Amino acid sequence: MNEPTPFDPVLFRGMTQRRLSRRDALRISGLSAAALALAACGVKGQGNTTPTAPAEDAIAKYWAGKTKNGKVDFANWPLYMDPKQPELKKFTAETGIKVTYQEVIEEMGPWFARTQPQLSAGQSIGFDLMVITNGIQFKQYVQSSLLAPLDHSKLTNFKANAGASYKTSAYDPGNAYSVPWASGVTGIAYDPAKVKTPITKLADLWKTEYKGRVGMFSDTQELGNFGLMVNGVDPAKSTATDWQNAANKLKEQKDAGIVRKYYDQSYIDALGAGEVWITQAWSGDVFQKNVSDGTNFQFVIPEEGATIWTDNMAIPITAVNPVDAITLMDFFFRVDIAATLAEYINYITPVPEAQKVIKEHAAAASGEDKDFLTSVAESPLVFPSTADYSKLRYYVEFENTALQQQFQSIFEPIVLG
Amino acid sequence: MTTTLSTPTGADLEPTTRRRRRRLGDRLLFAYTWLIILWLCVPIAVMILFGFNDTKGRYNTTFQGLTLKWYGRLFEIPALTDALANSLIIAVLNTLIAGTLGTLVGLALGRYRFRGDGTTNLVMFAVISAPELVMGASLLSLFVASGVGLGIPTILIAHVMFSISFVAVVVRSRVLTLDRYIEEAARDLGAGPWTAFRLVTFPMIFPAVLSGGLLAFVLSIDDFVITNFTAGTTQTFPLWIYGATRVGLPPQVNVMGTLIFAVGLLIAAGNVIAARRRPSSAR
Amino acid sequence: MSRRLAPYLLILPGGLWLLLFFVVPMVAMLSLSLQQGDVVSGYQLTWHWQTYVDGISNYQTQIIRSLWYGFITTVLQIVLAFPIAYWIAFRGGRNKSVYLFLILLPFFVSFVLRTISWKFILTDESFVLAPLKDVGLVSQDFHILGTPMAVIGGLTYNFLPFMILPIYVALERIDPRVVEAARDLYASPVQTFRKVIFPLALPGVFAGVLMTFVPASSDYINSEILGSSGTTMIGQVIQSQYLRSQNYPTAAALSFALMAILLVGIFTYARALGTEDVLKVAAR
Repeated sequence: MNEPTPFDPVLFRGMTQRRLSRRDALRISGLSAAALALAACGVKGQGNTTPTAPAEDAIAKYWAGKTKNGKVDFANWPLYMDPKQPELKKFTAETGIKVTYQEVIEEMGPWFARTQPQLSAGQSIGFDLMVITNGIQFKQYVQSSLLAPLDHSKLTNFKANAGASYKTSAYDPGNAYSVPWASGVTGIAYDPAKVKTPITKLADLWKTEYKGRVGMFSDTQELGNFGLMVNGVDPAKSTATDWQNAANKLKEQKDAGIVRKYYDQSYIDALGAGEVWITQAWSGDVFQKNVSDGTNFQFVIPEEGATIWTDNMAIPITAVNPVDAITLMDFFFRVDIAATLAEYINYITPVPEAQKVIKEHAAAASGEDKDFLTSVAESPLVFPSTADYSKLRYYVEFENTALQQQFQSIFEPIVLG
Repeated sequence: MTTTLSTPTGADLEPTTRRRRRRLGDRLLFAYTWLIILWLCVPIAVMILFGFNDTKGRYNTTFQGLTLKWYGRLFEIPALTDALANSLIIAVLNTLIAGTLGTLVGLALGRYRFRGDGTTNLVMFAVISAPELVMGASLLSLFVASGVGLGIPTILIAHVMFSISFVAVVVRSRVLTLDRYIEEAARDLGAGPWTAFRLVTFPMIFPAVLSGGLLAFVLSIDDFVITNFTAGTTQTFPLWIYGATRVGLPPQVNVMGTLIFAVGLLIAAGNVIAARRRPSSAR
Repeated sequence: MSRRLAPYLLILPGGLWLLLFFVVPMVAMLSLSLQQGDVVSGYQLTWHWQTYVDGISNYQTQIIRSLWYGFITTVLQIVLAFPIAYWIAFRGGRNKSVYLFLILLPFFVSFVLRTISWKFILTDESFVLAPLKDVGLVSQDFHILGTPMAVIGGLTYNFLPFMILPIYVALERIDPRVVEAARDLYASPVQTFRKVIFPLALPGVFAGVLMTFVPASSDYINSEILGSSGTTMIGQVIQSQYLRSQNYPTAAALSFALMAILLVGIFTYARALGTEDVLKVAAR
């Protein structure tokens, strides 16, 4: 097949870094009062259309005069932390900061749609810290200056413990607005009981022998990326022409009756129920599914490449307790904390050192717990190897909303027939 | 049973044959009714079953043996418990408020012709036909513009908004077929408007009020889209569940669903027993 | 209290509520449907009617499909709901409300749980389909999920109470003695039904159709969960335009186009019914 482009974060950073603009610095420092007057007209935005790293003085200006308040409201996705919240209890015991933890984020689209109006109007959304996926909404938050610029002097654990590739992401160069919570890989999952020859390539998703048994994602970014990568194109470097070619390739797959359905999260149940034999998949799910149901589904990072996505912690610009929020942010990068989180979440942790701690925990445990912790520590889906990392690609980055909508309109007709 | 009322008068050639045929028809209808109720409960049975599933991990879609442990660990997820409590509070308040306001609107639309009744009808129908997404998004903009914080009150406002029409439409259809002279007769006999309403009109429209109220309850406790926009930091049962499906629903959700259903059945059984004790009403 | 004022007083609280929390925000939405721009740089009102033209022409397949699914669902529901409403109204005795409650009880539990259960029941190798496949009654590739049948089934299931209850409410108020008298007069049950029961139930049927056809046609969740790309309904398109593309004007325009079509449909249907109720509705 085509030779995979090596995963070179530095290159991405060079491509995506923008000039700093003074206007943005001003925008960050104070949301205009005019925003409120406009709010009645429905939805409005603010900010320019190019993402910008914050100016030094913007960071200083934002954090000036902000002090610890002793509490923080944290919005996360469901089941992204042990319900007993051991990490938060530890945090409160050590810092005296009380955490209100709520699992209110279900999907990026709706979350953006419900928080954007409030943030643009300069109102608090009731949360000081939120976990958001890299992707178009992340970019829109940044472009509209709705996220607080991070003061890295307060992020010492992050600096010490976060994996190198997480410090150089294309979607948030230099972690100006976010630090990673957990990452996952979008690859292929299949049922070896039904698929006799091992799946190794994206092109296998186009094989007619699996007619009606292939699952693809309904998310246009995820779907489009596979179309791009099977054509040998790196999503992060793709152009509109590549998109059209990818869409044609995906249309071929659909018209040949190969695709059973374009799935959301439910693909994993479809795989479990035998509805599909081979499907686009998120890494952590397959791991969990095998643990839950005793199945033996395989997850592969295809030869042509797979995408990595990251859920990130960010502070909304209107946060009431930003200092407490950034303290909590940094706390999650302590190796012991990252380890217990990874033991529960089973997605890729941004703290590679956590593997050692999990192994220690496994050694100390017994029975079922021991087996489970060992499997977490050794899973390439939680701690991918360097070889795996080299095949991972970032999402398509959109310069502006018009391009994003063009992308959407190219791939949407495939999903919504 | 109501059949006792049906003593046919006059020349009835073969009353027994007809009665027998009717009894057969009744039996068939009775069986059919229960068949439909069972059909409606089929997914509930599956839900109950998976509340007993001894799943090892996070997914709960393959049955792996019976266990009672999820009942013991029911309140282990505080956010889920809070979400359920919120949902119940909102649903009850919604039933009361939308039930009252909707009944009044339904009375007006069913009984009177007035300037603006056409517009009111149009608005009622528009609420029912509006996609939830735009209602939710537009309400959010309104709340943001007016600067009120989001929470249970804004969720309730939204739920009442879309429930009113459903109640009003049901009540209106009932009022339309009512004999208005009965209430007027009561007034002629000296009853005040309130007394006439309480003793005559309300009992006549009660089945519609009850149906409308039940529909309002169901609409509220099951709403996801509009709630998602108007909830702010508040969680409701559907919001939590919908979010959890991304990573796998914990069996506690099934247990809570089972308990809701069981409480419902107990209420129904209580009603049946209470009705046995009361003398039968005419109908 | 003057009789002329009475209706206004009755609709005042509910009417105000809807004015404030439905009409006002929807007017803002209507304006948004005619604006141009994007979520980052903001929107400007340009009276861009082209959004409507483009929206309808791009998604006419999904609009027509939605109306068609809504129609089939409604017809199925009338057929399914009438007998049960009839039985509860005339033979429910003391336990009428209990029956109504039982019909609604499954809906107290979240739709997510219900649909997940349906998927479990209907999936390709479920305990229902697998035996049929084993004995060769249906082919190995036969499936229900992802077909229009599954979507219409889901719609019928989820909106059935909204048809049963209004029909029940209308029937319940018919005096059984009227039915008896009619039976004595016409003798044939079919005639009794056609000439007496059905006309008296019409307002209930109308309310039921309103509460099922309209929301079923703008539904998105059933097709999303039980359907496939071949069953996409307009509600899903609106969802996708709003939440995935952040294309707010198109989402709003499609919503208003859909509402307009549904309202025209409802009023035409009302006129065609020709009952007194309906004259009242349609008399403008």
